[in-house]
Amino acid sequence: MSEAGRAKKTKEVAESEAEAANAIVVEVDEASEIEGERELSAAELRGAVESLIFVAEEPIAARAIADVLKIDVTTIDETIGDLATEFDRRSGGLQLREIAGGWQIATRPEYHEHIRAYLKSKPSAKLSLAALETLAVIAYKQPVTIPEILDIRGVQSPSAIKTLLDKRLIVARGRKETVGRPMMYGTSKEFLIQFGLKDLSELPSIEDFQDLAGGGS
Amino acid sequence: MEDTLQNETGTATAPEPAPESAPTISVIGAQPEIIPDSENDQLKIGLGEFEGPLDLLLYLIRQEQINIYDIPLARITDEYLRYLQLMKELDIAIAGDFLVMAAQLIEMKSRMLLPRDPLAEEEELIDPRTELVDRLLEHQKFKAAAQMLWSRSTVEQAVFTRAELETDKSNPEVAVGLFDLLTVFQEILGRHKEEIRLEIEREEVSMAEMIERLRNMVRSAGEINLLHFFEQARTRRELVVAFLSVLELVRLSEILLSQRETFGEIVARAAS
Repeated sequence: MSEAGRAKKTKEVAESEAEAANAIVVEVDEASEIEGERELSAAELRGAVESLIFVAEEPIAARAIADVLKIDVTTIDETIGDLATEFDRRSGGLQLREIAGGWQIATRPEYHEHIRAYLKSKPSAKLSLAALETLAVIAYKQPVTIPEILDIRGVQSPSAIKTLLDKRLIVARGRKETVGRPMMYGTSKEFLIQFGLKDLSELPSIEDFQDLAGGGS
Repeated sequence: MEDTLQNETGTATAPEPAPESAPTISVIGAQPEIIPDSENDQLKIGLGEFEGPLDLLLYLIRQEQINIYDIPLARITDEYLRYLQLMKELDIAIAGDFLVMAAQLIEMKSRMLLPRDPLAEEEELIDPRTELVDRLLEHQKFKAAAQMLWSRSTVEQAVFTRAELETDKSNPEVAVGLFDLLTVFQEILGRHKEEIRLEIEREEVSMAEMIERLRNMVRSAGEINLLHFFEQARTRRELVVAFLSVLELVRLSEILLSQRETFGEIVARAAS
């Protein structure tokens, strides 16, 4: 009895999923009719999106995926959402994550030891404290000039700025319209990637650090 | 503002704990270390984790358990100068940065010591420490932010993306940015400079060797065409030496020069 009930329920779920899939196909149908391309089923669409994210060299934006598949961004966004849930539910070695304004398939950090053992790689050299502090100032104050950075840090040596430029974590952002028209700097896309950020708004507010600072004494 | 002023007088009357009179200031995690650099025959000095004067001040404030909003300037200036003395013995270049702060601290200290002008405007009553406190707090915020970035990058270093596909490299020209181009250009320029500096050691033929060579040639061949002798010279210098050696042997009457016709080839023959 209960066995049969469960079986029936599964069937119902399957049917409703199929319906949902059909609904998406209908939407897609209108969009791709002009192109004369075969419409994708929901499962196929998920597969296509996943494969594109996998193959993209850099984090790929939903917009770029939409352009390739000739499907509207809203549908792509939904599909990516579904995919992300799938990845999470599976909780395997991979994650689908949003980074630097795009999507990326990457390993989960907890498996880094095994990956390093296989790649025979060591963690790359960390930035010095001076460079990190300089980077923090630039990240929160951008666009910002070198004198402004040095003033906040209370030092006179701009060597950390060169390090950051060499590592492409910061880029020039035009000149400030003031005496001497000094160059202004801001963080780069590489910064977002290396620090695992979707965008700058994902950085915690600098005011949040005030509590930490005040609590120190 | 009122609060700050009251606190300040409070600090002034309360006896300050005597600063520790340790000969050197030892700091956990900030111990100056001397790293001998055998290659350049220099001593490198690491000053721990103090990246600048603000860093040092924050450290001292924390160590002395001082309320950052009410810094006892006399005490902290003494501490600061004591540390500076140590640094001065070690690294003057870094101390330059720190000296500015020392001057500011002393200036603030002296301003605080002066009695306040009772007729002064409200604005002039602003605690001279306010600006310093603001800077310290700001600096501390960014230190915390740097910590946050550090932990983020640590996690991020444990995340891997797929290895490069073959197509990534199929069109390397496109993948090159202006920055790469400049880097390569710099490299080439650097290499070029090295090439210029590379000196080829030329074989120097001494006058004595050249005379000996000419003597042997004349002796074995009986007579030689001077043109052929000069043509053997590989460098300008060698040519000059060759010419001088001919003159020398003529002077010593070891060889005779003769010319069969006007503007003809000159032949050298043994004199006897």
